Amino acid sequence: MLKPENKIFKNLYNDHGWEIENAIKRDDWRDTKDIISKGREWIINEIKTSELRGRGGAGFSTGLKWSFAPKEVGSRPHYLVINADESEPGTCKDRDILRFEPQKLIEGCLIAGFAVNAHVCYIYIRGEYSNEGKRLQSAIEQAYQKKYLGKDACGSGWDFDIYIHYGAGAYICGEETALLESIEGNKGQPRLKPPFPALVGLYGCPTIVNNVETIAVVPTILRRGGKWFASIGKPKNTGTKIFCISGNVNSPCNVEEEMGIPLKELIEKHAGGVIGGWDNLQAVIPGGSSMPLLSKKICDTITMDFDSLIENKSGLGTAGIVVINKDQDIVACMARIARFYKHESCGQCTPCREGAGWMWRILDRVVKRKATFSDIDLLSDVTKQIEGHTICAFGEGSAWPVQGLLRHFRKEIESRCREEPLIKKRTNNPYLVDQHLLENKNA
Amino acid sequence: MSLKKVHDNQPKEFKFSDENLKKAEEILKRYPQKSKKSAVMPFLYLAQRQNDNWIPLSAMKYIANYLSMPYISVYEVATFYTMYNLAPVGKHFVQVCTTTPCLIRGADKIVKLCKEKISPNENEISKKGNCSWMEVECLGACVSAPMIQINDDYYEDLDEKSTVEILDSLIKDKPLKPGSFRGRKNTAPEKKQSINGENHA
Repeated sequence: MLKPENKIFKNLYNDHGWEIENAIKRDDWRDTKDIISKGREWIINEIKTSELRGRGGAGFSTGLKWSFAPKEVGSRPHYLVINADESEPGTCKDRDILRFEPQKLIEGCLIAGFAVNAHVCYIYIRGEYSNEGKRLQSAIEQAYQKKYLGKDACGSGWDFDIYIHYGAGAYICGEETALLESIEGNKGQPRLKPPFPALVGLYGCPTIVNNVETIAVVPTILRRGGKWFASIGKPKNTGTKIFCISGNVNSPCNVEEEMGIPLKELIEKHAGGVIGGWDNLQAVIPGGSSMPLLSKKICDTITMDFDSLIENKSGLGTAGIVVINKDQDIVACMARIARFYKHESCGQCTPCREGAGWMWRILDRVVKRKATFSDIDLLSDVTKQIEGHTICAFGEGSAWPVQGLLRHFRKEIESRCREEPLIKKRTNNPYLVDQHLLENKNA
Repeated sequence: MSLKKVHDNQPKEFKFSDENLKKAEEILKRYPQKSKKSAVMPFLYLAQRQNDNWIPLSAMKYIANYLSMPYISVYEVATFYTMYNLAPVGKHFVQVCTTTPCLIRGADKIVKLCKEKISPNENEISKKGNCSWMEVECLGACVSAPMIQINDDYYEDLDEKSTVEILDSLIKDKPLKPGSFRGRKNTAPEKKQSINGENHA
């Protein structure tokens, strides 16, 4: 349980006002100049001591990422890019930071920009967050007025500018290289890695891409010390995290808690418990839709941190927790997620473009009780053929939830399947364009 | 990738208004001089706002000229991203989130109401009151599910009753104020456990 004094986002629900004056009262922008004057090495080392891991889903060490940026600026300028393209189903934490704690983000941008030698920062906000973007823009203007940004930002001797770039409804632009493509004015299709953005990123220049929450906690870590942050949570999974608890709970909410809190405690204490009681729980998606779901048995004891979720073949991802109780049709829920991935695939790699639709169609058949037993193995096979065969992690993101469903709810799926194949009957399903491929003789 | 259809009835000419020309020059300053192309997404937004919330082909050609890039690259961007409307939408453009977190809190009921109140099909302008609706993927307000977006604003924590009120207000062209419709403050947990499985939308 997180102690109130260790809370980083004190204005998560806008109880105290988002304007810069109120933010300063909450200790934002205190000693920023002193922090910067301690130098790059100190900042990066302090972040490494804090063991802060990226909050955008992959959980990569932030200090390590920053240290990948070239130490000296060569012929090309460096860029800092903030990923605020939050579109993972189940996740809505960055929205509250943009709305109610924008100064934490802006201050973090300045410090991170200094640490990676960047004078320019782009914040990529998803297009739907138009009002949140306007709020952030006014917060940026307030910071300019106070001379916290611009030339000699905050008296540190470092010039720093922040610009907002809006996305336009493409989930894939949350992938860092797709995001860079999008800023460059192209379709958001991910690039091959390596080279990694830290060396060849935006406009071919060294670029560090970080999630909103990661950057927003940086100023507090540096003010209170990396050791303080590392003392919260579990080893290797340190600090606090905003959890978004949605779905079948009595009181869905965003809440900041320490890493490694038991899932059951999180749901019962903050979200008012599962609708119909804990025994009515069917499954939980622990980290946004791309993470495999957990069965109730695992939920009883699991703690919410990167490593223990990986041990259970899932992941913390963005910490968007979707609670599904026994009143819901679990297959229909996952079929809807498969439809999401079919809709959002960028179409660059064949396994993902075709496979995402394939998975959705099979799951949809299961929901409508038109699937055969052989469909189950086919489904499992399709997920295996997508996973690891695509340029970006979207392939895994679309295949893992289906694999999770197969792992924990295979019996449920089997109970809806039938022996004789429907394929010979040539159903008139308009979306079954590749129906002939499902026939055994063509397979 | 989504299928998007270009509107049949295209205006012949498009030009930025004087106000938007100024905005366009401001936007160009944000990006390095060599990389004017970066401004294509903000420019498409400008064009969309100027032209009643949809982008005609002539606007794409205009933007391509403005940024000295091939027309096809602008077309590519405009068709790739789902928020660029290539055909007219209602003055009140209702987007219903139906992805899983909203679905399990009853988004299908909201879709049903949209069909009854606005039009039986998506992207069809209503007979009364210039509205249109469509299903969209996750809008990123999952703890406030189910929710809809009307133009730029989020209407959250809906149930059937509040959705009817909102849709009626749109048809009368007097939209209600956005925000939570269960009276809670932003995404804070509610103290009273007033909702149960049966009650929500």
